[in-house]
Amino acid sequence: MITLVEQSQKVEPSPAQMMDWYRQMALIRQFELRCAQSYQQQKIGGFCHLYVGQEAVAVGSIAAVRPSDYIITAYRDHGHAIARGMDCESLLAELYGKASGCSHGKGGSMHFFDREKNFFGGHAIVAGHVPLAVGLGWAIKYRKEDRVVLCYFGDGAMNQGAFHEALNLAGLFKLPIIFMVENNGYGMGTHVQRASAVVELKLRTGDAYGIPGKHVDGMDCLAMYEMTLAAAQYCRAGHGALFIEVKTYRYRGHSMSDPQKYRTREEVAGYQEHDPIGRLEKVLRAKNLLDDSKVQAINNEIHAHVEEAHHRADAAPFPQTQDVWKDVYANPYGPYQL
Amino acid sequence: MPEIQFREALNQAMCEEMDRDPDVFLIGEEVAEYDGAYKVSQGMLARFGPMRVVDSPISEAGFAGLGVGAAMVGMRPIVEFMTFSFSLVAFDQVVNNAPKMRYMSGGQFKVPIVFRGISGAGQQLAATHSWTVDALYAHVPGLKVVVPTTPYEAKGLLKTAIRDDDPVIFLENEAMYGHRGEVPAEEYLLPFGQADIKREGSHCTIVAWGHGCLTAMAAAEQLHKDHGIEAEIIDPRSLRPLDIETIAESVKKTGCCVTVEEGYPTCGMGAEIAAQVQEKCFDDLDHHIIRVGSLDVPMPYSKVLLNHVVPGAQRVAEAVKQAVYFQG
Repeated sequence: MITLVEQSQKVEPSPAQMMDWYRQMALIRQFELRCAQSYQQQKIGGFCHLYVGQEAVAVGSIAAVRPSDYIITAYRDHGHAIARGMDCESLLAELYGKASGCSHGKGGSMHFFDREKNFFGGHAIVAGHVPLAVGLGWAIKYRKEDRVVLCYFGDGAMNQGAFHEALNLAGLFKLPIIFMVENNGYGMGTHVQRASAVVELKLRTGDAYGIPGKHVDGMDCLAMYEMTLAAAQYCRAGHGALFIEVKTYRYRGHSMSDPQKYRTREEVAGYQEHDPIGRLEKVLRAKNLLDDSKVQAINNEIHAHVEEAHHRADAAPFPQTQDVWKDVYANPYGPYQL
Repeated sequence: MPEIQFREALNQAMCEEMDRDPDVFLIGEEVAEYDGAYKVSQGMLARFGPMRVVDSPISEAGFAGLGVGAAMVGMRPIVEFMTFSFSLVAFDQVVNNAPKMRYMSGGQFKVPIVFRGISGAGQQLAATHSWTVDALYAHVPGLKVVVPTTPYEAKGLLKTAIRDDDPVIFLENEAMYGHRGEVPAEEYLLPFGQADIKREGSHCTIVAWGHGCLTAMAAAEQLHKDHGIEAEIIDPRSLRPLDIETIAESVKKTGCCVTVEEGYPTCGMGAEIAAQVQEKCFDDLDHHIIRVGSLDVPMPYSKVLLNHVVPGAQRVAEAVKQAVYFQG
């Protein structure tokens, strides 16, 4: 077992950082609750997978990498996009199918993209994006750049062939990639125990692909930050890829259309007692950084922000129908000029 | 003009583009140490080193996806499939991630990647290893599909493909790698979406590409010699984009059209071309369009059966005779 960072080298996050993460998590939660409402109002079409309960994973881990690092994720991508700094209005506009959406209304909930912020999607075929992460890592190594790739996927993705091919390539070529499984216990409605021959997912890389596996509590934002910071340092030092199993939990269904017959209310309530936002809130209260009135003020402020983003996105124009022909090709006839 | 093999033309195209642009690299099975399963990449490892000529494990989905990911940050990967029959293992990467990334991101990402390798039957490899994939990939918006027939085209079209900012499916044929042809020493590119008139004639239009075009040319010579029938052969060179204008112009002149492909007729390229030709030339057609393709069965192993399934010159000639109402 490798040790990523010595205890003495740990860097304590500053009060300002922790407050920022608290706000980000609260923003993601309120954004997702807005999405649930908008979905019920039929403003959002297609599938909509909410991140409620998993906020600490995206916030803690993205805080630990640099803006120049590459981020790629699966279809439950709202939280990562917000943690990466994409603005709520462009995300809601995308969800409402508007031209001003972050993917110009061509992607929807599962396909958020932001090239400038090094946010490479938003991918809907389970594990189909994991080989893309390997390509991003390959480009970094090829160009000798000081970057890492942070690649998220769910526990369901680990049973796909593309995942295993990608992991083998990343291990073989020693690429700077943090593979982060957000193990929320269920691949849609199938519990990990019914899907994975080995339930402890970090064991499914390690010796198999020469990629060490670590484990972290995904309901703890500070632990997420610490682990990802150490992982990024490991990758930047040229040691190759790292695999992190994140234990987390989603409070909502797999998607908006999930009746959740596969679990009990008690199970969900049990996890909610360890709510990632409440947990960080306790830390901040203990440090006298938060009290009841500050919590209320932050929530009011975020609520107003999300509602304003919602109203602006809702009022924004839909794309023109002729836009269907846009961006199919860079140039339909290629680079050749007669 | 120097005469070189088809495989050398491809090799020259890749080497020239790699010299020109440091973002171009080649990845695939056996492309480096082995010098290429069909020796297309011969000598490239020695010349460019292992970061630019990359041996991949047998993981088509893995290395095809690696290429797409690298292309998303501006690299220009050439992904070699030992055969396009194996590309089906990577289908999700080729038909989803490569051609749809640009669209789904609202134009934020380009994917300048070339998938190249052999496609087609003829090697007695039976049903799973004998795919002709042209129609399969031409079906997908966002992909371009290119099929060279001569070494000259192989080089000029591959160089264009490597410089293209969109994903290109570049289909070669094992039986043609040893074919020789004149290739200029100086640099040149060939356009997509511009058909080549391989043979002029006034009696019947034949649309054919790649190995099927060679079959059509043999049939045309036989028709000329035996019956004085002059077929005009149009080689689209790229199936997507398709130069329907040049095809339609020829059909307006000849009044009939035969399509030749080594893929299957059902939902095949011939079916697509026939549909577009009748849209443009309905009043000019003196005979219904005839599709010549492989028989609609999985590809068999036995040489006798295989030769019966894949269209030969005789079947093309018979189709042309039917189209021109030839009374033998």
